Amino acid sequence: MKRKFLPIACFFAIFLPLLSGCGNAPSSGNNEVIVYNWGEYLDPETLEMFEEETGITVIYDEFETNEIMYPKVETGATEYDVLCPSDYMIQKLIDHDLLAELNFENIPNAKANIGSQYWEQSKEFDPENKYSVPYCWGTVGILYNKTMVDSPIDSWSVLWDETYADNILMQDSVRDAFMVALKRNGCSMNSTDTVELEAAKQALIDQKPLVQAYVVDQVRDKMIGNEAAIGVIYSGEAIYTQRENPDLEYVIPKEGTNVWIDSWVITKNAPNKENAEKFIDFMCRPDIALMNFEYITYSTPNEAARELIEEDDIRNSPIAFPDLSQYAGLETFRYLGADADQIYNDLWKEVKSK
Amino acid sequence: MKPNKLTDRLLSAPYLLWEAIFIIVPLGMVFYYGLTDRFGAFTMENVVAIMGAEHAKALWLSIALSLASTVVCFLLAYPLAMILAHMNVSQHSFIVLIFILPMWMNFLLRTLAWQTLLEKNGVINNILEFLHMPPLAIINTPAAIILGMVYNFLPFMVLPIYNSLVKVDPNVVNAARDLGANEIQTFFKIIFPLTIPGVISGITMVFVPALTTFVISKLLGGSKILLIGNVIEEEFTQAGNWHLGSGLSIVLMVFILFNMVISAIFDKNGEGNML
Amino acid sequence: MIKTTAQKIYVGLIFLFLYAPILTLMMLSFNASRTRAKWGGFSLKWYSALFRNREIMQALWNTLLIAFVASLVAVVIGTIACIAINRMGRRARAVMMGITNIPMLDAEIVTGISLMLLFISFGLKFGLGTILLSHITFCIPYVVLSVMPRIKQVDASVYEAALDLGASPVKAFFKVVFPDILPGVLSGYLMAFTISLDDFIITHFTKGAGVDTLSTKIYTEVKKGIKPEMYALSTIIFVTVLLLLFLVNKTPQEKSKLQN
Repeated sequence: MKRKFLPIACFFAIFLPLLSGCGNAPSSGNNEVIVYNWGEYLDPETLEMFEEETGITVIYDEFETNEIMYPKVETGATEYDVLCPSDYMIQKLIDHDLLAELNFENIPNAKANIGSQYWEQSKEFDPENKYSVPYCWGTVGILYNKTMVDSPIDSWSVLWDETYADNILMQDSVRDAFMVALKRNGCSMNSTDTVELEAAKQALIDQKPLVQAYVVDQVRDKMIGNEAAIGVIYSGEAIYTQRENPDLEYVIPKEGTNVWIDSWVITKNAPNKENAEKFIDFMCRPDIALMNFEYITYSTPNEAARELIEEDDIRNSPIAFPDLSQYAGLETFRYLGADADQIYNDLWKEVKSK
Repeated sequence: MKPNKLTDRLLSAPYLLWEAIFIIVPLGMVFYYGLTDRFGAFTMENVVAIMGAEHAKALWLSIALSLASTVVCFLLAYPLAMILAHMNVSQHSFIVLIFILPMWMNFLLRTLAWQTLLEKNGVINNILEFLHMPPLAIINTPAAIILGMVYNFLPFMVLPIYNSLVKVDPNVVNAARDLGANEIQTFFKIIFPLTIPGVISGITMVFVPALTTFVISKLLGGSKILLIGNVIEEEFTQAGNWHLGSGLSIVLMVFILFNMVISAIFDKNGEGNML
Repeated sequence: MIKTTAQKIYVGLIFLFLYAPILTLMMLSFNASRTRAKWGGFSLKWYSALFRNREIMQALWNTLLIAFVASLVAVVIGTIACIAINRMGRRARAVMMGITNIPMLDAEIVTGISLMLLFISFGLKFGLGTILLSHITFCIPYVVLSVMPRIKQVDASVYEAALDLGASPVKAFFKVVFPDILPGVLSGYLMAFTISLDDFIITHFTKGAGVDTLSTKIYTEVKKGIKPEMYALSTIIFVTVLLLLFLVNKTPQEKSKLQN
């Protein structure tokens, strides 16, 4: 019996790969660009369009957090051309001399279409606008289910409210989690003061019994599925979740929050720098930026693309395009140096292991 | 076969080379990183770091959860293997296949499916609600992690026990009965001792992956529960501290080595193998 | 009677436990809604979407290619290793077997990390090649595990007789020894193939840009919500394997009935 089974099963195991030959092995040609982006952070159709128009093959890879992306780029074991990190991580990459200066002559769409305030904001981490082209921006806030809370929410302190025990979703990345605790305590989210950080750590430890789960992007699905009442979420996810579940409401807490920018950058040792610049330029084209905005619903800094949005309520959505002057305590993350990184990591590990 | 020194060397050369490059050298590198600091100087700091509060707690939790799931696996698997062993012998390979078959559905997807089943508004709770029964609230708790471990590693406990049960000579069992032993005596004096190699092999195959997992705790524990595997993974992929990650890996290897020595003592002839 | 009923219920419950998640995944593949959380009605759209999804098809191709090549190479190296180890002295054999079993018994995370460190320090670029090397490494022990017992059973005198009758060693091996160990080789191949197919942890540490296997693809998708096409693909794979196994298992049983 076993004798009969094995040859056939092996035959199967040998020929299954051949049968599935419909997928193609990656081409080894030189005309390619290697892109390392956030998970599900652009419309895959735009990649196909880019390949068709330019004949450049896109090798596409995804990361979940800035912290996961960094070591991969630093070791150089994998060569990447284009990255899409956030503000403070761009600063860290610049500090460690891992980025190449952009030749903006090859990226005409960037200066033409990206709004001036975003270039201004980028100077926080890229003082001369030499290395980065803004791709998405947004805030971090609280997403809550109107049917599951008693009164409208306007403060981070609700995340410490015991009535919502086991109904709270926190962000599972070190800077975002500490941002929430620091802001709640009225401190700067770029704090390196040990007393403030120690207090923030204690706050996060106190909060832990109330937290249902630490998640990154799963907040979205869990909130849609009514799994939790309150979640910390990026503004870009809010429009999508509201579409799927009208009971959800997004709010920027009164203590202030993180205004972030994710930008395209090119690595120092990029094997295909010219293709990389073509890629960034393509991403800045209004029609492409619009496609991406509609697919991922993260706010685009591309003014020309915003003009093309058909629905008025989306084009003027206070979630996607908030008037930032209305809010107090808004900040952008800065890279705080290797020592502070270490302190943050150690404190976060203490929180997670409690 | 006639011993022939030259052909013997030629035969063993490719494999020796492979072993050296891909097993010995990499382990050596883990030791190198684990026993040095950022500047390449020798230090025991990364290994001793296991005594630090966070790491010690993660290790302790890992041991507790993996022991618990090993015990649960054993308690579920032994009766199951006995029942299966008494079934029609011609179905031997079929039984093995039933347990290997789920492996063709991706391990991550299977574990993720448990999330769908266990969630607050998940499938199980919907059924319970329909039956007017109290909801099950184990998602994001250690219980869910144990469930995930048992689910993923149960086949590795069943198969070796089943294999050693099938090999038990029925004549020995009959002889014991003829000599007046009752069922319980026959089991504890004859059958169980004969299957110990299988049990030990099963325990190793469940305990080691359970001790070192980081995926199950991440998916079913809501990242609230940090196991030693999570700590090591995060040191490598996020914190970027390879020295600490390697140092903690060395500690983990000591536990595995301990486990291997025990199983080697009990299973001298390799009888408890899966196949 | 009560006893057998109780036994059947027990076995049934265990199978329910083992197969409940698989049924769940199959259900999800027919769910018209994109999110896992809502049932949006029955639909086959993810099945048609699957074949248009370039990334998933590419990941499937990579997974199968890696499993195929890695287990094939592992079988060749592993079988030669078995022959060589079998001819060694007692002590050398024990040492070799000990080292061979390290990737199987050691924690996957340690194997993954150690290989990652090796590739980085040798300056190898991460990609299909590094994944393949790692998979071959952890597949070999499974091949050795199933080939070794067969090699031990081979009657050395038959091989010698073949040599005495004028066969070359290579010919003698393929004519006399190989048929005897073939079942072990095949089951080793199948085992290696399955293990390689299901591996996530070691691939996670040794993969490079744009080279995803199904496992690593799923892991990145976990964060954003799994694409339903993935459920459709797993359902197709699972049902294919299931049908095949039933076919294979049914034929000999009928034959034996006829013989009776």
